[in-house]
Amino acid sequence: MKQIFGEYAEETVKSKEFLKIGFTPNSTQLQQRWRNNGLSADFLADYLTTFFPIDDNEPSTLQRATELKGAVSYIANELLENSMKFHNPNDDYPITLEVKLYNEHLVLCVTNSISPANLLKFQSIIHDLEHIEPQELYVRQIKQASKNDGNSSGLGLLTIIDDYEAKIGWKFETIQTQKPTEQTLVTTMVQLSI
Amino acid sequence: MKKIINKKYSVIYDDTTNTIICSGVMRLNGKTEYEPILQLFKQIVQQEPSQITLNLQQLETINSYGISMLGQFISSLERKKTIKLLLQGNKNISWQQKWINNFQRLMPALQFEWI
Repeated sequence: MKQIFGEYAEETVKSKEFLKIGFTPNSTQLQQRWRNNGLSADFLADYLTTFFPIDDNEPSTLQRATELKGAVSYIANELLENSMKFHNPNDDYPITLEVKLYNEHLVLCVTNSISPANLLKFQSIIHDLEHIEPQELYVRQIKQASKNDGNSSGLGLLTIIDDYEAKIGWKFETIQTQKPTEQTLVTTMVQLSI
Repeated sequence: MKKIINKKYSVIYDDTTNTIICSGVMRLNGKTEYEPILQLFKQIVQQEPSQITLNLQQLETINSYGISMLGQFISSLERKKTIKLLLQGNKNISWQQKWINNFQRLMPALQFEWI
């Protein structure tokens, strides 16, 4: 079974520059793993700067490279934090984060397993993102976060879409596994113009 | 002077000038890890100074819960009505450029300056 939401585009042209990171969230303590989200995000952002050289005679190249680095670092970190909140803790399916560079845009994809309870919660978040005005949702999420004891701000995906003018889409797919019998995976795809 | 100092970030409140200075990289894990900072903000609001300066000039990186935490603090001042807020930001830090409008939406009377 496969379900697509938002602007999710299967790869039609192979990217020639890409980087993929994979890890199993249960293998180390949460606190340690959380720290790695930031390290991984900053690494991806730094790595991409190689492809956006700075010309000292063109100040706009420095500004563009700085903006892109900030955007990739923020978005990659939010995608990783989300994947750790929503992954299925009862399996050891690895979380992967991939960045792919194309001529006019770059794509960030994170894939994680998701439990049935989290699946409904996640799809409800997607529904809100698609149907509520961003400014209204910002205010609502901040008010809710102050009342809730949970560790979710509800702002991560919203900031990616609204602050960074990114396209975002999701693919949910069920795969056969030995234990228990099948597993649902979600891939969140963010496309940024460059 | 009240301080929360970590390897990656710091929050310092100078009660002689009513200035909160947040610096560094804040990517903490949700409410659990942001709680000490939220508590410090609550204590400051309870003291009811007439104005608070929130200096974010050196807060380079933040995650969405960190933004939410700042939003919660600003909303609490808006509800209180009696405390003015001056926000000092750094225009070279992209998340601050993007968020100033949303913070002003939470507290229309918020004063803001790039420093």
